[in-house]
Amino acid sequence: MRYEAPESLEGAVALLAAATGDSRVLAGGTDLLVQMRTDIVDPELIVDIKRIPETRAITEEKGGWRIGAAVTGAELKEHPRLTHVWPGVVEAANLIGSTQVQGRATLGGNLCNGSPAADSVPALIAAGAVATLAGPQGTRDLPVEDVMLGPRRLALRKGEIVVSFLLPPRPKGSSDAYLRFIPRTEMDIAVVGAGVSLTVDGAGSITAARVSLGAVAARVLLVAEAAQALIGSRLDRPAQERLEAAARAACRPIDDKRGTTEFRIEVAGVLARRAALIALDRARTS
Amino acid sequence: MAKHHIEAVVNGDAVEFLCETEETLLDVLRDTLHLTGSKEGCASGDCGACSVMLDGRLVCACLVLGCEVGGRHVETIEGMAKGETLHPLQQRFLEHAALQCGICTPGFLVAGKALLERTLSPTETEVRYWLAGNLCRCTGYDKIVSAVMDTAAAMRKG
Repeated sequence: MRYEAPESLEGAVALLAAATGDSRVLAGGTDLLVQMRTDIVDPELIVDIKRIPETRAITEEKGGWRIGAAVTGAELKEHPRLTHVWPGVVEAANLIGSTQVQGRATLGGNLCNGSPAADSVPALIAAGAVATLAGPQGTRDLPVEDVMLGPRRLALRKGEIVVSFLLPPRPKGSSDAYLRFIPRTEMDIAVVGAGVSLTVDGAGSITAARVSLGAVAARVLLVAEAAQALIGSRLDRPAQERLEAAARAACRPIDDKRGTTEFRIEVAGVLARRAALIALDRARTS
Repeated sequence: MAKHHIEAVVNGDAVEFLCETEETLLDVLRDTLHLTGSKEGCASGDCGACSVMLDGRLVCACLVLGCEVGGRHVETIEGMAKGETLHPLQQRFLEHAALQCGICTPGFLVAGKALLERTLSPTETEVRYWLAGNLCRCTGYDKIVSAVMDTAAAMRKG
């Protein structure tokens, strides 16, 4: 098993593009090393992207924020500004695993592990985050909701890696929130996750919204109908009920030991409503 | 292929070692550098028995490859006491009887020390969340949490 830690995007892309056997990108390693240990994967090549500066930086760009794919949850939480501008993204990333895992686990890894239950992904999708990919044909941008196609299946082409995420500029009166259900307090995988990002005007009406649901389908969902239920409303009780109904209507969950189909659908509505209320409260005081 | 030749700093000492790609930092610490204080519990990042500091960041050594730590600083439980003088948290673990079999103890100590380096005024809730990734199957957690809280109080007084 070969290990490479290139210091440039071109170096990483060239290694992955030239690989003939199974190759894996290593960011935080909190999924990859466990999968190697349990023989789920046995790559011939591991490309560690943490020594590439673009994957490790948090920078302001065009009024928004660019976050490197190999930035850890702990680093997001410690950033002086991100917690205020994107509290939902930061809280979602910080729900992944323990303090120890937070020191390693990354946004790029959480997305590219390809799990529909990934906590940070609904928050990124609700935020309108765009992933910047680097590959043999150069770089391209892809909305985060289009990166994952299904469990363990990504839209990345041969030799492509996720370099960073661009979070858009925030109008005044904007905020976001992420909630998940797990059967315990900490250290578990989402049975349902809900991310909501919205903007409210001076009169208290919601002018823009995005709603994303995790762990209720084969991929993390962007639910346009749920956003429509919010836009133009003041999130009064009828709007909350429309939001819940739209969120539930979008769910196509599996039925497994962590949650039945009926339970996941029910909880998706509840979490979407609660996340929207939290986001609205934050937006009014932002 | 040939083993990786890695140079790193462990507990303040420059070290060199050879490792295979699939060897974890925990494998290297225990089997190559013979620093057996860090324990292997689950080998999947769930139990925290292998907690170490990597460039000042608390991590599970079982979730780090040995070849990743070239040029980096690693601190293990072996570096916690200064000679014969225990770290205040180690001393309080003894006074509070915050251990039984001892397998989880190095991880709790390294993780607890990392918290105390961030704040000397943690709430009990903060201590419990911070240590959520460290599992103990003997004592329960109350004595461990008390030891951390008591150490913080003592260190606040200086």
